[in-house]
Amino acid sequence: MSAVLLVSLLRDPSGAERLSGAEWTALIAAARAERLIGALAHRLAGMVVPPRVALILADARFDAETERRGALWEADRASAALAGLDVPVVLLKGTAYVAAGLSAGVGRSIGDLDILVPRGSLDAVEAAILAAGWEWVKPDPYDDAYYRRWMHELPPLIHRERDRMIDVHHSILPLTARRRPDVAAMLADAVTLEDGLAVLCPEDMLCHAAAHMLADGALEGGLRNLWDMHCLLGDYGEQPDWWAALEARGQRHGLGDVVARAARLTHHLYGTAVPERWRGLTLADRLFIARLLSRDGWGQERRWLLGQAFYIRSHLLRMPPTMLARHLWTKWRKGYRPVG
Amino acid sequence: MKHALTLRVGPAVFRVGSPWASPLDALARLYSGYPDASDEPADFTVRLRPLKPWRRHVRPSIFITGDHSLADAAPMALAHGLLAAEMGMNLQMALGWRRHLLLHAATVEKDGRALILSGESGSGKSTLAALLGERGWRLMGDEFALVDLAGGGLWPFPRLVSLKNAAIEAVRGVAGEGRLGPLMAATAKGDIRHLIPRPEHVAAMDRPAPPTLILFPRFGAEDSAARPVDPAECFVRLTQASTNYVALGEAGFRALTGLVSSVPAVAIDYASGAEGIAMVEALWDEAR
Repeated sequence: MSAVLLVSLLRDPSGAERLSGAEWTALIAAARAERLIGALAHRLAGMVVPPRVALILADARFDAETERRGALWEADRASAALAGLDVPVVLLKGTAYVAAGLSAGVGRSIGDLDILVPRGSLDAVEAAILAAGWEWVKPDPYDDAYYRRWMHELPPLIHRERDRMIDVHHSILPLTARRRPDVAAMLADAVTLEDGLAVLCPEDMLCHAAAHMLADGALEGGLRNLWDMHCLLGDYGEQPDWWAALEARGQRHGLGDVVARAARLTHHLYGTAVPERWRGLTLADRLFIARLLSRDGWGQERRWLLGQAFYIRSHLLRMPPTMLARHLWTKWRKGYRPVG
Repeated sequence: MKHALTLRVGPAVFRVGSPWASPLDALARLYSGYPDASDEPADFTVRLRPLKPWRRHVRPSIFITGDHSLADAAPMALAHGLLAAEMGMNLQMALGWRRHLLLHAATVEKDGRALILSGESGSGKSTLAALLGERGWRLMGDEFALVDLAGGGLWPFPRLVSLKNAAIEAVRGVAGEGRLGPLMAATAKGDIRHLIPRPEHVAAMDRPAPPTLILFPRFGAEDSAARPVDPAECFVRLTQASTNYVALGEAGFRALTGLVSSVPAVAIDYASGAEGIAMVEALWDEAR
């Protein structure tokens, strides 16, 4: 699997000197499919690579810079739209990493703007966002009602002039999930940056990244999420008491096991320095790793059965079985089919 | 992928893969005169995969994807596999190329200077470029004009020329049968055959030329007409004709303003291929 090659070069770029033309092609296809081409391009900056590869990597760095600028502009527009509300607006994921100047933001691809606001302010935030030019993209009443009743975010909105999506979160996991992170604490401890934008505190950033990857979804883009965590742990891991604080914070959010698994996986795949107790792998961890490394040299996902298993798991994480059955039945009648 | 081919057109290397042999065989035959790129790292990967796993054998249906893809791309019949491969390569260029400003346009060269023919599908730009290529002009490309971001020169991208419907006969009459690919009947754009550019035009695919005239052709008008296009209108038309203008940011803006402020532009309406050729060559002589 070329995902193995991708991971090994992110971990140690010196291996790039020995690659053949065909290996480069496979690596680049896998890195693009995992949305890690920008991170890889920065990791390989300054290395001696074939001339064409140097051009491809320069293009990837250029695109990442464009995305960084676009993401910060969207954050600026959203904070302007919400300025009159006196509501804390906390940036999440990629936009937060670039706004805070963290290494996880270097070369990162950023699609949507994700923000976290207090649930009690949701109606006011929604009205302000709509007034500032964002529009609904899910016209289906069932989807809309489902989001509002059960999800941790508003239905997605797209800005009518800039064509950019915003996800307005009031929690970091669906309300139907078993785990209930302490969102009030996340908002209370958020860190305000120089330009007035806010991000989660470092421990919460990691808890959110781990929850997003391992307690929600089917591990799509998992290698990228894990790279984010590797970078965050690199930025903060040397601070005194970091690991104890991280562990305590994870437990407070009901995410202790999720944070521990994230640490084990980053250590195993990217060589992240983590405490001794997080260095072994469980049997289940090995399934996660097999799933994470399922991208081939054509950028395609292999291990179909494993993918299906994680897809089913993602739904079981998200809601209780009876509710899942009702949801799937409704979606099926509407003509939705999961994967082909 | 069971079948694969790596090929280079101008500055871009493509790796095309498919579980079916026939699209790749057709591609290999038509691109046999192009430089060997099998050891080169590819700029882009194109995958022609079955719409669903079982659609590889039962009513085979191709879904075009790759490094860059469109979620709502229409599936295609296996019999149109060569067209799918070409569309897959165009898609990668349109969405992923950053080393030039890309204009949806045909380009030809004469005496070291280049002419840009920009228009929508159906404007006749491919046909005009193919016909000009058979009468002393160098065909540089029928799909994308590649504008240098620093110097403003035009770089060739001489892939196969896609000929549709009546254009097939018009070009066959002057180019002969030998350089034409298989007929793909009743595609979404009608009947299609591909023309292999002349060998000397393929051999010159790394030689740029400065742009000297921009034309906006429109085929099918009742009366022929030529109207000068001022730089502001030319700029707006070309932003619409560019697939990567927004993605390039400031560099794209500089390249495009440089182009429209230094090169004259004319919109032409014409009723037949012969009339179009006559108008193009008359305007060219004026512009020089």
